Amino acid sequence: MSLIRPYGDTTGDGMVQLSFTLPIEHSKVAEGAAVQLANKMGMDPALVVHAKPMGEGFTFFVVYGRVNHLVDPSTVEVVERDYPLLTPKEANAAIKRSMRRRLVVVGGCIGTDAHTVGIDAILNIKGFAGEKGLEYYRELKVVNLGAQVSVPQLVEAAREEKADAVLVSQVVTQRDAHLLNTREMSAAFREAYPAARRPLLVVGGPRFDETMAGELGVDRVFSRGTTPGEVASFIVHRLTGPRPSAEEIAS
Amino acid sequence: MARTTSALGIDRADVRRARTLARQVGKPIVDLAQHHTTVSVERATLRLAGLGGADPDGTPWVNRLADVVRADVGLEHGVSLPVWDALARGEGDDLLTLAQKAAAGSITFRVPEGKDAKRASAAARKAVGAGIKQIDRQRVAREKMIAKVGDAPSKPWIYLIVATGDIHEDIPQAQAAAREGADVIAVIRSTGQSLLDFVPEGATREGFAGTYATQENFRLMRAALDETSRELGRYVRLTNYASGLCMPEIAALAGLERLDMMLNDSMYGILFRDINPIRTFVDQRFSRQVHARAGIIINTGEDNYLTTADAIEAAHTVTTSQLLNEYFAKEAGLEDWQLGLGHAFEIDPEVPDSFRLELAHAMLARELFPDAPLKWMPPTRHMTGDIFKGYLLDGFFNLVGALTGQGILLVGMMTEAVVTPWISDRDLALQNVRYVMNAAGKLHEDFRPAPDGFIAGRAREVLGEAIGLLEEIKADRSVPGEPPLLSAIADGTFGLMKRPADKGKGLEGVARKAADYYNPATEILEEK
Repeated sequence: MSLIRPYGDTTGDGMVQLSFTLPIEHSKVAEGAAVQLANKMGMDPALVVHAKPMGEGFTFFVVYGRVNHLVDPSTVEVVERDYPLLTPKEANAAIKRSMRRRLVVVGGCIGTDAHTVGIDAILNIKGFAGEKGLEYYRELKVVNLGAQVSVPQLVEAAREEKADAVLVSQVVTQRDAHLLNTREMSAAFREAYPAARRPLLVVGGPRFDETMAGELGVDRVFSRGTTPGEVASFIVHRLTGPRPSAEEIAS
Repeated sequence: MARTTSALGIDRADVRRARTLARQVGKPIVDLAQHHTTVSVERATLRLAGLGGADPDGTPWVNRLADVVRADVGLEHGVSLPVWDALARGEGDDLLTLAQKAAAGSITFRVPEGKDAKRASAAARKAVGAGIKQIDRQRVAREKMIAKVGDAPSKPWIYLIVATGDIHEDIPQAQAAAREGADVIAVIRSTGQSLLDFVPEGATREGFAGTYATQENFRLMRAALDETSRELGRYVRLTNYASGLCMPEIAALAGLERLDMMLNDSMYGILFRDINPIRTFVDQRFSRQVHARAGIIINTGEDNYLTTADAIEAAHTVTTSQLLNEYFAKEAGLEDWQLGLGHAFEIDPEVPDSFRLELAHAMLARELFPDAPLKWMPPTRHMTGDIFKGYLLDGFFNLVGALTGQGILLVGMMTEAVVTPWISDRDLALQNVRYVMNAAGKLHEDFRPAPDGFIAGRAREVLGEAIGLLEEIKADRSVPGEPPLLSAIADGTFGLMKRPADKGKGLEGVARKAADYYNPATEILEEK
């Protein structure tokens, strides 16, 4: 893939828009300061198209300009989906064929996080983005523990329900709570289960970085915009397919 | 707007039928609430009598004292008789000393009888009465201040949120928001406070996605907004949350510290926080009695139904909940002007006619509750991170607000679901509100939906479904001997969440009242 730059209305024009606030009263100096910031960010020329005082001692700017940076898509690292997307019907069939029983999914929001919107979008039958939630899958038994579940409660529920997969949602990210909670959770499961029997650990939330699974000690991280179908497909793929080879684990 | 005829072609008899059903469904719950008390109701009573502060571990003295009383004599008599009996017996000079000694294990409580009981109840009534007088004084202080500095200049009141986690950061942000045009400031609580069975103490600087509700935080913020109100020449109202396990205590603290509005929903804690239904209904009734006395406007939480269920399919659950909230509120002594009944703009913008549907739902709420301020909540579910589209959606939300005379308008942020609002987000959001109000604020004078048109038809349809749901609830006998509403909540009638009456958080803090139960706060609050 070739190098690219932003597109305004002509190939190669490099045009971007940017808005920000500076802690300074509105004046010509303030507008100059805005241009200076834009220049330092690689915008040249930079045009302040809008400047407005906001509150006492603040000015809001909208800046348009050309950036001189190039980007190289071939060097971008992303987690590509490494499993096939299944319809609910296909997922049910795969579970039936390989497990001969319902696959148990236990989910909840851990820590003090009370935002169930994420876990509900994935688990509730209502679903998200036009896809039905996991409760809709006949061969999935879904136990939604809801909000503010402590890690010991989650482990306990996973044992009690003989969970095959555990889904954790984290929306609140103040002071990296989502990362701390996830590490605590994965450590607890490691302690409570022998490695071969540990349920699949899946964590999701709008602010997670999908490349962090290894670092967080979980099997998969899902970020913004993940749909129930993707989660279901991943779980089914990992739990009903052939165990990943050593090479796949290493990669 | 003319009241005598319905702009939506709604039959008056249907409205009466809906209210009658809400009363029939709500009454058994009120009976249940009257026959129970909770640890938080008892602790709120101690707070009204002036017991504050916490032990070195941060456990409030009201918790320490109430726990010992309960261990000695149970909760079913209330804490007032045992506590003021102990004081009369000279076990402590005041409540604080008594609480400290009780915590140290040097006092044994008893339930006084005969003359001793009379002496204890009289002393308890005097002590708790002083707290209620303080609430009365704060109500007068609010009225005086509004008369002196002026009120919010127009409706709807512009409602903005601060949520830094640190009260000393919240204060300048709240003052800045007021200067930018906010009529109401809400300090979002720390995530998780609703499930704490105690009220944290003192000024707090650490919270998750919000700031702890404490008496000291209330006091600091109210004092700061008083200063800003004088500076701006309009009274800036302060809002917090009387919800969760400590609803009655927070209501008492709000009254004592002159908060002006409180989030207080009859079923939110049950459905969305898995708090035990009986605990919630008992706590809710007490907290509403306190709010009524304090002149506080409550905001109910119907918007939450639409964040989990589909906003079209579940529209009638909003209406049903509004009717129930109204019944419970009025039973507890609140007046129409104190009912900020909630609803929200949450229909998927991809749905054809979504704006007409929103307008129909909002007009229905306005027509059913003509004298209530109504709280209009902005889109959250379909705010995707596309801030440009979100800004437009917020504009349409504001337009519905203008067309339906909303009393309280929570300002929508285009960066909803992206960041906690930046200073520029708030300014842009307020510009959006001002543009719409300036351009179309009086459009409701000209606008009448066609009587047989889509909007009027949809409003009638939703009311019909709400009546149907109330009838279904009334007939619910799935748990014999229980109020039908409890059975319905256990069935998952609301928001698909099943919440049985014998489950949920805080159940262990509920007790059925004994024959000699005494609570001076309830007694005084029910006198008027």
